[in-house]
Amino acid sequence: MSILIDEKSRVLVQGITGRDGSFHTQGMLEYGTKVVAGTTPGKGGEKVHGVPVFNTVAEAREAVGVNASVVYVPFAYAADAVLEAADAGIELVVCITEGVPVLDAVRLMRMLEGSGTRLVGPNCPGVISPGKAKLGIMPGPIHTRGPVGVVSRSGTLTYEVVYNLTRAGLGQSTCIGIGGDPVIGTRFIDVLELFEDDDETEAIVLIGEIGGTDEEEAAEFIAHHVTKPVVGFIAGRTAPPGKRMGHAGAIVSGGSGTAADKVKALERHGVGVASTPAEIATLVAGVVGKAG
Amino acid sequence: MNLHEYQAKDLFRKAGIPVPGGEVAATPAEARAIAAKVGRPVMVKAQVHSGGRGKAGGIQRAATPEEAEAHASNILGMKIKNLPVRRVLVTAAEEIGREYYAGLVLDRRVGRVTLMVSPAGGIDIEEVARETPEKIFKFPIDPIVGLPAYQARAVAFRLDANAPVALQIAPILQKLGTLYHDSDASLAEINPLVVTPDGRVLALDAKVVLDDNGLYRHPELEALRDPEAEAPAEVLAREAGLSFVKLEGDVGCVVNGAGLAMATMDMIQHHGGKPANFLDIGGSSNPTKVTAALRIITGDPNVKGILFNIFGGITRCDDVAAGLLESFRELEIRVPVVVRLTGTNEEKAREMLRGQQGVTPAATMDEAVRAILAHVEGRGVR
Repeated sequence: MSILIDEKSRVLVQGITGRDGSFHTQGMLEYGTKVVAGTTPGKGGEKVHGVPVFNTVAEAREAVGVNASVVYVPFAYAADAVLEAADAGIELVVCITEGVPVLDAVRLMRMLEGSGTRLVGPNCPGVISPGKAKLGIMPGPIHTRGPVGVVSRSGTLTYEVVYNLTRAGLGQSTCIGIGGDPVIGTRFIDVLELFEDDDETEAIVLIGEIGGTDEEEAAEFIAHHVTKPVVGFIAGRTAPPGKRMGHAGAIVSGGSGTAADKVKALERHGVGVASTPAEIATLVAGVVGKAG
Repeated sequence: MNLHEYQAKDLFRKAGIPVPGGEVAATPAEARAIAAKVGRPVMVKAQVHSGGRGKAGGIQRAATPEEAEAHASNILGMKIKNLPVRRVLVTAAEEIGREYYAGLVLDRRVGRVTLMVSPAGGIDIEEVARETPEKIFKFPIDPIVGLPAYQARAVAFRLDANAPVALQIAPILQKLGTLYHDSDASLAEINPLVVTPDGRVLALDAKVVLDDNGLYRHPELEALRDPEAEAPAEVLAREAGLSFVKLEGDVGCVVNGAGLAMATMDMIQHHGGKPANFLDIGGSSNPTKVTAALRIITGDPNVKGILFNIFGGITRCDDVAAGLLESFRELEIRVPVVVRLTGTNEEKAREMLRGQQGVTPAATMDEAVRAILAHVEGRGVR
């Protein structure tokens, strides 16, 4: 097993004719992902890397059958694209787009309430179940199939961690970038719950960063609902307060959201927190196979 | 993006939120003229992106235009939390009867914009949250419904039981909500919201922070950006499309991705060093971004060494290497550079950099950090 996506996922790419959409469609196809349709309004009937393009998501779904979507449309239209996918009944929508206004995300999350659609992102690298499917922009070859579930607010930092895990012989069940924005669709606790229920996942790596209190909530959740070992890492120990560190959500404001608070919360609930990305693999190696 | 008080008050005025009359001045003479026009005692207020202006002496009362000129000449040019004051707001002084707090802010935990009010106005709301959290009331706003009139009234009556006053506060709260929404704000705050002895309600101070991601649909607000309020290097970085934050250390960092950039800074500190900056060159590979990054970093006299940490995915290592070589031709790079490149086209990149003087390759992030710290003078490696 893996979570969210596997070799059976039938994937739609929204914004498939754009520069990013087209480039990453190729990457996803090369990885073996079943990309079965794309959309770009006004470009219906075209093909991108052999994938048929439709004008609307509903049309694509009707024609070829789709259960997951990846959104590469520009930030001004991303929220609308996610809504379109939800309205067409797509179960999983992964929004890669960076730069979505926060108020768009707030409205979007309100409208997805009770819709049956799960949103991952925005501003994320996507989801990969190694050897099965990749919905996103991460480099495929650094991943390998195995027992470690990875969830992260970051992109390249996740690649760094996955690279170290793979080199240490620790494969991954699924790796999920939940995104660096202040308001996101799927949060740490949602993914922790999925990993807890996944047979293939034996240990979980949680990569957080400064800003907000999702890591603290995750720590609380782990204490009560997660039996599998969790290894944590928090980026931004040296970040000055009041400064946005690249990600829209990575900011310490009013003394809240510091790395120190997050590390403390995780450690208090028994999560081993690595002090460098390389140390994560060492800590995981110490717990894999010992899961209760 | 932060707005100055005078800019925020302009938005308030346009939204119909009552503020005391006044204008902004860049010279003492202008301050004097504005005070004369106001025709009564004024407050002369430093316009900087910082709290604690009053404590720093950046807010003074003036009874006459001459006094306003004298205060302005004092305040203009002073530094508040290291930020030079280049403008003052000269505004009618109001008598304060009671003072409250009202603000709208994103509550990340619930993913909603939240109206916060407090009877403890006029002091830092974060201090109130710490010392007397029971004096803060929060009301999450449904993004589809907005702030309905009845809810605004209920909140207003909780602040002030005097009906004529509460019925002035309620529409102010609604207008603040509209302003927040229409300007893509991430914070809109009135502190204090005052009731004058004669029963008028006024926003005596105004703070508005805008969501950078929303600015594209508000060119008129983008135009309010004050480049003088930002570190010059941060302005250059923004113009080059780089995400950059200046820090106090001596190890310059060039990294792709915000999370990895933070982790790199953290690792430098972990090994006993101090990062000079946060810098994310972004996801796309663009050699000119690398050159822009190095121009900014080498412009910092504190920098004694530069660390490249690139994990290539979409970013191609050979593009980064090309940018680095180009920088060596264009710029005077006098400090050692350690380069760690992993991922897409790393072999090609390594080949390109072979033989470039001043560049040391490293295989891993850990090795790279140790290597740059060994280069940076007088720094022990733990």
